[in-house]
Amino acid sequence: MARLPIYGLMAEFDSPEALLEAGRRAFAEGFRRMDAYSPFPVDGLAEAIGFHRTRVPLIVLIGGLLGCIGGFYLQYWVAVIDYPINIGGRPLNSWPSFIPVTFELTILLAALAAFFGVLALNRLPMPYHPVFNVERFELASRNRFFLCIEAADTNFELERTRRFLDEIGSLGTYEVEP
Amino acid sequence: MSNGTEPANLPEASQPTAGGREYWRSLEELAGTEAFKALMGNHLPRHAAAWTSAMDRREFLKLMGASLALAGVSGCLSPAPAPPDEKIVPYVNQPEEIVPGKPLYFATAIPAEGYGRGILVESHMGRPTKVEGNPQHPASLGATDAGTQASVLGLYDPDRSRVISNAGRVATWDAFFSALNAELESQRVSQGAGLRILTETVTSPTLAAQLQEILRIFPKAKWHQFDGGAGDYAQQGARMAFGQPLETFYRLEDADVIVSLDGDFLLRSPASLRYAREFINRRRIPGTSSEANRLYMIESTFSLTGSNADHRLAISPSAIPQLATTLAARLGVQISAQQPAISPAHEKWLGALVKDLQAHRGRSAIMPGEYQPAIVHALAHAMNDALGNIGKTVFYTDPVAVNATNHAESLRELVQDLEDNAAQVLIMLGGNPAYTAPADVDFPSHLVTSNFNVHLSLYEDETSALCHWHIPQAHYLESWSDVRAYDGTVTIMQPLIAPLYGGRTAHEILAALAGQAERSSYEIVRDYWRGQSKEKNFDAAWRTALHDGFVAGSAFSPRNVKPKPAAGFDASALKERSSGAAVKAQNEPSIEVIYRPDPSVLDGRFANNGWLQELPKPLTKLTWDNAVLMSPATAAKLGITYQVGGTGGEHGTIYADVVELEYDGRRTRGPGWIVPGHADDCVTIHLGYGRRRAGRVGTNLGFNANALRTLDTLWHGTSIAIRKTGAQYALACTQFHHLMEGRDLVRAGTIDGYHKNPKFLRERESEKEAPATLYPGYKYDGYAWGMSIDVNACIGCNACVAACHAENNGPVVGKKEVLRGREMHWIRVDRYHRGDPSNPETYYQPVPCMQCENAPCELVCPVGATTHSQEGLNDMVYNRCVGTRYCSNNCPYKVRRFNFFLYSDFKTESLKLLRNPDVTVRSRGVMEKCTYCVQRINQAKIAAEKDDRAVHDGEIETACQQACPTRAIIFGNINDPQSQVSQLKAQPLSYGLLTELNTRPRTTYQAKLRNPNPEIENG
Amino acid sequence: MASKPPDISSDTLPVLEPGHTFASITDKISSIVLTGRTPLFWYISFGIGFLLVLLLLFCITAVVSVGIGLFGVMIPVAWGWAIVNFVWWIGIGHAGTLISAILLLLRQKWRQSINRFAEAMTLFAVACAGIFPLIHLGRPWFAYWLFPYPSTMGIQPQFRSPLVWDVFAVSTYFTVSLLFWFLGLIPDLATLRDRATRRVPRFIYGMLAMGWRGSAVHWHRYESAYLLLAGLATPLVVSVHTVVSFDFAVALVPGWHSTIFPPYFVAGAIYSGFAMVLTIAIPLRKLYGLEDFITLRHLKNMAIVMLATGMIVAYGYLMETFMAWYSGDIFEKYMMMNRMFGPYGWLYWVLILFNILIPQALWVRSLQTNPWVLFFIAIAVNIGMWLERYVIVVVSLHRDFLPSAWGMYSGTIFDYGVFVGTIGLFVALLFLFIRLLPMISIFEMRELVHEEEARSE
Repeated sequence: MARLPIYGLMAEFDSPEALLEAGRRAFAEGFRRMDAYSPFPVDGLAEAIGFHRTRVPLIVLIGGLLGCIGGFYLQYWVAVIDYPINIGGRPLNSWPSFIPVTFELTILLAALAAFFGVLALNRLPMPYHPVFNVERFELASRNRFFLCIEAADTNFELERTRRFLDEIGSLGTYEVEP
Repeated sequence: MSNGTEPANLPEASQPTAGGREYWRSLEELAGTEAFKALMGNHLPRHAAAWTSAMDRREFLKLMGASLALAGVSGCLSPAPAPPDEKIVPYVNQPEEIVPGKPLYFATAIPAEGYGRGILVESHMGRPTKVEGNPQHPASLGATDAGTQASVLGLYDPDRSRVISNAGRVATWDAFFSALNAELESQRVSQGAGLRILTETVTSPTLAAQLQEILRIFPKAKWHQFDGGAGDYAQQGARMAFGQPLETFYRLEDADVIVSLDGDFLLRSPASLRYAREFINRRRIPGTSSEANRLYMIESTFSLTGSNADHRLAISPSAIPQLATTLAARLGVQISAQQPAISPAHEKWLGALVKDLQAHRGRSAIMPGEYQPAIVHALAHAMNDALGNIGKTVFYTDPVAVNATNHAESLRELVQDLEDNAAQVLIMLGGNPAYTAPADVDFPSHLVTSNFNVHLSLYEDETSALCHWHIPQAHYLESWSDVRAYDGTVTIMQPLIAPLYGGRTAHEILAALAGQAERSSYEIVRDYWRGQSKEKNFDAAWRTALHDGFVAGSAFSPRNVKPKPAAGFDASALKERSSGAAVKAQNEPSIEVIYRPDPSVLDGRFANNGWLQELPKPLTKLTWDNAVLMSPATAAKLGITYQVGGTGGEHGTIYADVVELEYDGRRTRGPGWIVPGHADDCVTIHLGYGRRRAGRVGTNLGFNANALRTLDTLWHGTSIAIRKTGAQYALACTQFHHLMEGRDLVRAGTIDGYHKNPKFLRERESEKEAPATLYPGYKYDGYAWGMSIDVNACIGCNACVAACHAENNGPVVGKKEVLRGREMHWIRVDRYHRGDPSNPETYYQPVPCMQCENAPCELVCPVGATTHSQEGLNDMVYNRCVGTRYCSNNCPYKVRRFNFFLYSDFKTESLKLLRNPDVTVRSRGVMEKCTYCVQRINQAKIAAEKDDRAVHDGEIETACQQACPTRAIIFGNINDPQSQVSQLKAQPLSYGLLTELNTRPRTTYQAKLRNPNPEIENG
Repeated sequence: MASKPPDISSDTLPVLEPGHTFASITDKISSIVLTGRTPLFWYISFGIGFLLVLLLLFCITAVVSVGIGLFGVMIPVAWGWAIVNFVWWIGIGHAGTLISAILLLLRQKWRQSINRFAEAMTLFAVACAGIFPLIHLGRPWFAYWLFPYPSTMGIQPQFRSPLVWDVFAVSTYFTVSLLFWFLGLIPDLATLRDRATRRVPRFIYGMLAMGWRGSAVHWHRYESAYLLLAGLATPLVVSVHTVVSFDFAVALVPGWHSTIFPPYFVAGAIYSGFAMVLTIAIPLRKLYGLEDFITLRHLKNMAIVMLATGMIVAYGYLMETFMAWYSGDIFEKYMMMNRMFGPYGWLYWVLILFNILIPQALWVRSLQTNPWVLFFIAIAVNIGMWLERYVIVVVSLHRDFLPSAWGMYSGTIFDYGVFVGTIGLFVALLFLFIRLLPMISIFEMRELVHEEEARSE
């Protein structure tokens, strides 16, 4: 796609409710490539702008299963296959003794999957992002709420979009440098 | 001696010279260097040729082996140790050559306080590393005692004196010889009127001959004897009873009833090892068909023998002669002396005893203690005669000790002569009279008055410090000599190694006196025996004698003698000669004192031996110290108490009240120690401590009892004053708790009970069957090693502990660490008391690793550093151990030992020679424990595999088993139903320790069976 | 807020003092970190901590270079202060993750102002705990042998040993707590990035925030991940002290070999954990004037949790005693008698006083909200729980099966030094954290404000 002069238009709101409303309206208007920014998670905001399901739980499940199976097999391999040796007259495969480590490894890998999963899905770390070019945006981590419609959106048309944003109660609308 | 940061066990040696270090760089390099050739030239002159001359391969390998092994220490030992030049004869057939790693055994004997005990010495490439008993020697029967085991450490002790010194300055043998001659010139004129020779007890025929030679040359010279540990009353007793000195020995295997009058014959007797074996053989279950013997003990201090007695009477020392008199009278001996009245309690006891004795005429034995006054010995002879025991259980031979004299008198005369300046030249062969002589003779200050005195000894000790000349003595493992055993059997002692520090033997000194400075002790001894030999082929006889470890048929034959009528015994005449004021004590009730050689360090001669210092003393379990032993009642009377330390505590530190003892205005202080079973109103003090110049290990330990002793009260004294000082002293005690707390640890019964119902134990235990387990048991095909320990046979002598330490390179940790409960013995002898504290029953239980089949220790080791072998051994992998110590926590027997610091001495060069090359020397931070002597197991297995057979039963003996005088420990393959150990485990008396934990120990025990006299027991 | 437990709905005390806005909260909390001037008491507290860290380093150096013998351990008591301290610290490390994870799942709003530093406390406590098993090895330089790694020796850890379970449990616990803590920090780091005025802090916080920009989509994934982590952390918390208790319960030493250990160790851990949170929270809210965020309501709730877990612990003691008698096992019986009336008996009674009797004061409602009383009780419980571990570890070992092997134990100067040292380490880390990172989760407080408003409307 040809490089656009601007990244998009950003509207500022002062309450989560306003942002939520704006998000819904924008979606109804047919905008798809947009994102909302808030200083804390706002219920239903993501759904409002058309994002519904996350793959994080799946990743965690896979991590957990790997930890569980791998963990037990590690011990089984060590005790029975790699170096079978008589320890205190116990059977080589003393599986009850192998449960605790299996459990811990399950948790460990699941947790790692969750953490790195969410970072990966969120494309973090991301040192640069156009939205930071907006002066007011630093308030997104304090007490202001923003909606940004990207220029890449098919319905995006600078003036019309700006007007639309003002209609839905933007306290201020800014162009976002790419 | 060791502090927290520097727990190096034995003191460090002087750093080796650069040379010494270099040698270690590489053996190949070494073999090539000039240094090596030089070494050969210096130390093995007679063999140096072998290098240059035509290659004699056998010689070559022998030397390579020896020299390389020893080269490294040449830096600090001069001359470097080497095999003796003379031909010595290995016990087994001489192999083709020294096979590196394959030990040779040589027979010789250890002179234990003068009397010989046959031993076999294990030699690794020229280094004697371990002592075993000589099975064919009458005084050993294959067993050893703790002192013998530790004598190897004595050989390599870095503190031994290394040079001849004259008034503190280094001198040479030649210098000594010329100085001596100068002195002797004048003596020749006076026929040796000023010449005095002081020895300890002498049984060596060669030495005796030499002494007679000297006395021939110098008719007016005098030979004195003083032995710090010897009670010499037996000879006087014999003189009293028979009019001549005689040696007494007993055949206990024929004795049904044994009465010991304060005789600690299981520990302190030239024949103790044999007596212990014979005594126990009559109590073994299943034993000889004949009835079990019964031991009655009458004593004051609680001796090892007393703790093994079926009946024990603890009375004050002064009362023993009286009781002996009464007993004699009851047995029909005609006594002139009036019979003192005795208490009803004793009356009853005595009555039962007399009945028992009468019922076993000719099958009983009365054994007087070596420290009892002559009258007691005489009465004992009379009683044995009255009971018809002489010739059946009691035998008399010519005295083994040459020219046995009364040591106290002998010393008194010597000191008198010194005082009168009659003794100008004093030659002291061994001994340490400046320390061992009682305070009242004040030997040190008299010694310095003589104008020429010589001291031959292993250490530069208290005496050497006062002498003009000190000559380093050759250790018995470095010496050619000979010695007689209790029955007169001669062993020709052969050296295992050339003197490490150029030591000399008494033979060489006497030769020098006779003007022959250059005669080696080899020549002296050999020539003496050539003179004695009636054999045509002397060399063959000589070789056989060396090979066997004794001269066949050299034992004295029993004399057929009969004691004079007892009425003739003159008690009063012997009063001051006999053991002190024991007799005059009757009418003045007061605290009496008993002096005894320490069970470990004797009269102090082993004070610098770390193994013996750290060996828990049989009954008190004290280490590193002596104490004032007293009964609970006496302690209460004197207000003596103890306090369990916060660190170590029952297994380490006990704070004991310090008491001050005063006798004849002389004072000393020592910690009081409560011994259940000690007689009331008397205290026992062990000698051998408070040394001032013993060496880095033994100096300033404990307190010196000699400071109180007088010639009249060498062994017993009366009316000694004891005061509590209010001070406390930390004693290192490895087992303070002596009750079993109602736990079935040592299981006991009576022999009668056993005969009535052999299964009594099993039935009692039936409800305690090992719990069922979810896990299938392991299959052990092939060998399955196991051990059976007969608690009934264990007399608690500690030989196993010392042997284990010697075999397995055990470190010495020092008092400070023992105080913290960190001693490193792989086997310990647990001591429990039961019953009335004033006269308890005592039980000994040796506890090595149980080698559990379901080993709790293995389960919890996070790195698999302790695992199970195919043969059921609980292996310890030092290299893998990270030191969590979890295994020790989970060991219900607490047999695991941990290297909290770097305990093993890696620095001292001479101690490197001591190590058993088959056993890892453990480093810091790893756990260790009994391995069932796995190195011995593997040697036997390799040998068996080589000739394609199974290991025979009894082919493997663990170190503890081999040393045990009573064969209480049996080891073997429990998969073989025929093996001795399997059969013992099948016995109804066999039981496991803590089996309710389902550990399935491979080490099991045989219950203790006492044989009490029903008359005394019930009522 | 559908599932609000009754006791809190009925409660009058607020979790957040009224009159706060998104802005006020953000500024108040971030200012503590971003302010130019550091308060004096910070220097003092951190200074003390730092000195003790030096002591710690000295002791560790000595022990590693000279030998474990510098500690008081001996045979039979081969585990001493080090293991006691280990268990104690691990126990303290339980409150943090528990508060943030379990209370999150239970949707307890009062968690939000204390979870952040509670989590930090967890991390630091576990870090302190981790030091002990390491240095109290005979050969610490081989500690890595407890981990499975491709080893040329071809030998691996022995997985039947509870110590290996311990290694896995504790390291897992530390890792997961760290992730959980850091994930929670990311949005606040972004806040600091945006608030910071000077370049360097701005840059550092920016790097740590990884470009977080509060996108709705990110928040969506973020919340599900955070919830899942909480879900994982909850059983983990329970498992950790369970595994620690296995170190003892699996062994056959009388006084260790007991099936009640896992539950009663976990309860004890939470008990001591909350005690430590109180010990820290009460002074902090004063010093930094955070009474609005850490309200009496929080103190009260923690007091109630302490009371509850304390009762579980008491039940544990009771059962141990009962079973010792009921089992009829001679060794167990003796162990219990020895624990109560033996040479170390007084320790047992002191611990009963501190752990059981004193906390009963919390039944009094008025005391539940009295910071001074709570602080005192919290201290008492901290001490009591340490004594409990001492009694379990040392007093059980010093007299086990064979009287011949009985012995007394006492710590040495090095034992004390290392312990005090770790306390110093804990304090130092805690104050560093307070100075450099928001000790209260800002974005969650904003959420709280929002919910409060929603409720008031």
